Amino acid sequence: MSTAATTETKPATPAIEKIKVKVDGREIEVPKLMPDWSGKLTPTTMIQACELAKTDVPHYCYHPKLPVAGNCRMCLVEFGTPALGPDRKPILNPDGAPQVRKSPRPAIACATPISPGMEIYTNTPGVKQMREGVLEFLLINHPLDCPICDKAGECRLQEYSLDYGAAQSRLVEPKVHKPKAADLGPRIVLDDERCILCSRCIRFTRDIAGDDALGFINRGSYSTLTAYPGRVFDNNYTLNTVDICPVGALTSKDFRFQMRAWFLKETQSLCASCATGCNITIGSREEKIYRYEPRQNDAVNSCWMCDHGRLNYKWIGREDRLKEVRVRGQKTTWTAALNEIADKLKNTPAGSAAIVASARQTNEELWLLSKWKAKLGAVSDSIPRTGEGDRLLVSADRNPNTNGARLTGICFTEMGAQLPQIAHGIASGKIKTLIVFGEDVTQHGIGAELLDKLETLVVSDILPNATTQRAHYLLPGCAHAEKRGTFTNVKGRVQKFMKAVEPPGDARPEWEFLHDVVHHVTGRNGFLTIEGLFNELAKDVPAFNGLTWAGLGDTGATVPI
Amino acid sequence: MIVNRKPLTIWERLYLPAIAGGFKVTARHLFRSLFGGKTVTMDYPEQKWALPPDYRGAPYLVRDQDGNTKCVSCQLCEFVCPPKAIKITPPGPTGPMADRPNAEKMPLEFEINMLRCIFCGYCQEVCPEEAIFLLKDYSLTGQSRQEMVYNKEKLLALGGTHPGIQKWKHKLEEAKAQQDFPVKI
Repeated sequence: MSTAATTETKPATPAIEKIKVKVDGREIEVPKLMPDWSGKLTPTTMIQACELAKTDVPHYCYHPKLPVAGNCRMCLVEFGTPALGPDRKPILNPDGAPQVRKSPRPAIACATPISPGMEIYTNTPGVKQMREGVLEFLLINHPLDCPICDKAGECRLQEYSLDYGAAQSRLVEPKVHKPKAADLGPRIVLDDERCILCSRCIRFTRDIAGDDALGFINRGSYSTLTAYPGRVFDNNYTLNTVDICPVGALTSKDFRFQMRAWFLKETQSLCASCATGCNITIGSREEKIYRYEPRQNDAVNSCWMCDHGRLNYKWIGREDRLKEVRVRGQKTTWTAALNEIADKLKNTPAGSAAIVASARQTNEELWLLSKWKAKLGAVSDSIPRTGEGDRLLVSADRNPNTNGARLTGICFTEMGAQLPQIAHGIASGKIKTLIVFGEDVTQHGIGAELLDKLETLVVSDILPNATTQRAHYLLPGCAHAEKRGTFTNVKGRVQKFMKAVEPPGDARPEWEFLHDVVHHVTGRNGFLTIEGLFNELAKDVPAFNGLTWAGLGDTGATVPI
Repeated sequence: MIVNRKPLTIWERLYLPAIAGGFKVTARHLFRSLFGGKTVTMDYPEQKWALPPDYRGAPYLVRDQDGNTKCVSCQLCEFVCPPKAIKITPPGPTGPMADRPNAEKMPLEFEINMLRCIFCGYCQEVCPEEAIFLLKDYSLTGQSRQEMVYNKEKLLALGGTHPGIQKWKHKLEEAKAQQDFPVKI
């Protein structure tokens, strides 16, 4: 497990008073104050107390990361508080315990604060009846088009109807019909008939994304969600509303009618589109990726991710992916190519080689490359990639592992500073061997005419480009969804990702063949698995000391940068 | 539970009386079929069975009374199919619109591998649209494996029509009746 030095450092919070409440007869101690959606300490609500007691309270409009609205009424529970006598002192039962008087009315668990001695009942006949009633109202005008609804299988309305609803509809009137397949924005389709008016999307876009674009119009059964007239629902966070929509009202245009949710294999992974490193779940079936969804990690991305990162997966399945190992244009096997490369590297005189790595590679791969670098006495660098950041999640640094490249010694704090030196070295004939991983160096100051001067050019990449065309040794690599590894994000959080799909053709994870060559050249061994490799790296690189693959868990650990 | 076997009697251990008994049964059937006029086989394929009404033959896709595809590509049959004989390609965001009014979704391709199908009828049972039925065909032949994978066109042609309640059409009519009420958006 991770040591104290690597766990999340939190500012010392003042001790919060604990109070005792009973949930379904079980007494638990809960803090009097708990963080609300924005992290501010507010009085603990009944639904938070129930969650701490591991009791499920069904809810639609409540979301732990959104302001409380309290409009769906699904979380109604019954409760009781200690009765007070005329002297304002608790009335005691004959056995000495305070007498609890049950409230004559139920309360919504999401917006009612707890008080000392309170008893919450989530399973009484009355509560069950209320849930059934709420569901009956919600289903009155629901179209029940589950067979064509993309949310089917992960729909809260389906789940709660099964768990808490009545078996049959009593409605004999015609249902109210509203717009279907309305175009809400460039990435969102809205089916108003399916909407249960929970307002999660409105609150998300107003309070989290800061783009107050959505609202309800009309009244009663005719209430309709819509974008404000003349405005399109188009910001970089719109697709999060699809995730939080408890029903199939908001659906993604990208995922529309692509695959049913229950077929998708879920793999814990990371978004590689910028240095934030949002935690995601990859949905794939039969070696094809269908969607990315954010995965909760309060230290990084809360429950959200940006639309750009979410839709940036299609290149992984591209037809023109590099699938063959090539030596001077001829197709060959991994063993033959790696043996040849290892022999070349063994005989390379010190100072005559350079390495251009990519900050899109994992910590493990960059560390193995740094072993090559040490062996060759090579100069190395990586290529910076920047864009516009925002206040929420998008980082200005578009490389997912810039800090990994820095910590493993592949580049200096200022990434790209060595590139002119490498170009000059090649031009002057000092550098005869160039190793390029995952970058098209012809776009970054090392032009095609310089590459032609090299004696040996080892290139590993995923998609073909001008550099791969000139490679003497071309090694097909993997997208991050096709291998395992770790990234170090912009704040120094080391997080691991898992393999969702198989790489195409002969492509292999870079760390596997990098390890093979390191083993050939230096004789160093003992880390044939990614777990062993990471643990070895953690021992070797000071910043990672104390970390283990297992200790990273699902949400990672922070290292000093 | 331990069941104690009865020891064999001398008559049983003799073995020959049992053989004689077996021959008696064989001889009885021989004479019955030769002279009794009662045959137990039939001249298939010239002669065929009368199938019981609940017979489960090959699964085919059906059309409704308006000639529209009933299947909405919900993929429940693909999910429930024990031998994984069904493969559905959903239309995706850019696929063609359904030929049936109001239901936005229709399979781009629907394949049943009849070599894998075990005629269990789960697909018919799970279908929320009454779009797939096990009909009476039992003799499916082909000259290649590929030929035995029936595509959407073939399945629809073999399935014919099956009139139903047409819930999507009904919904559309209901929506049209309320078009001007209460306000236009």
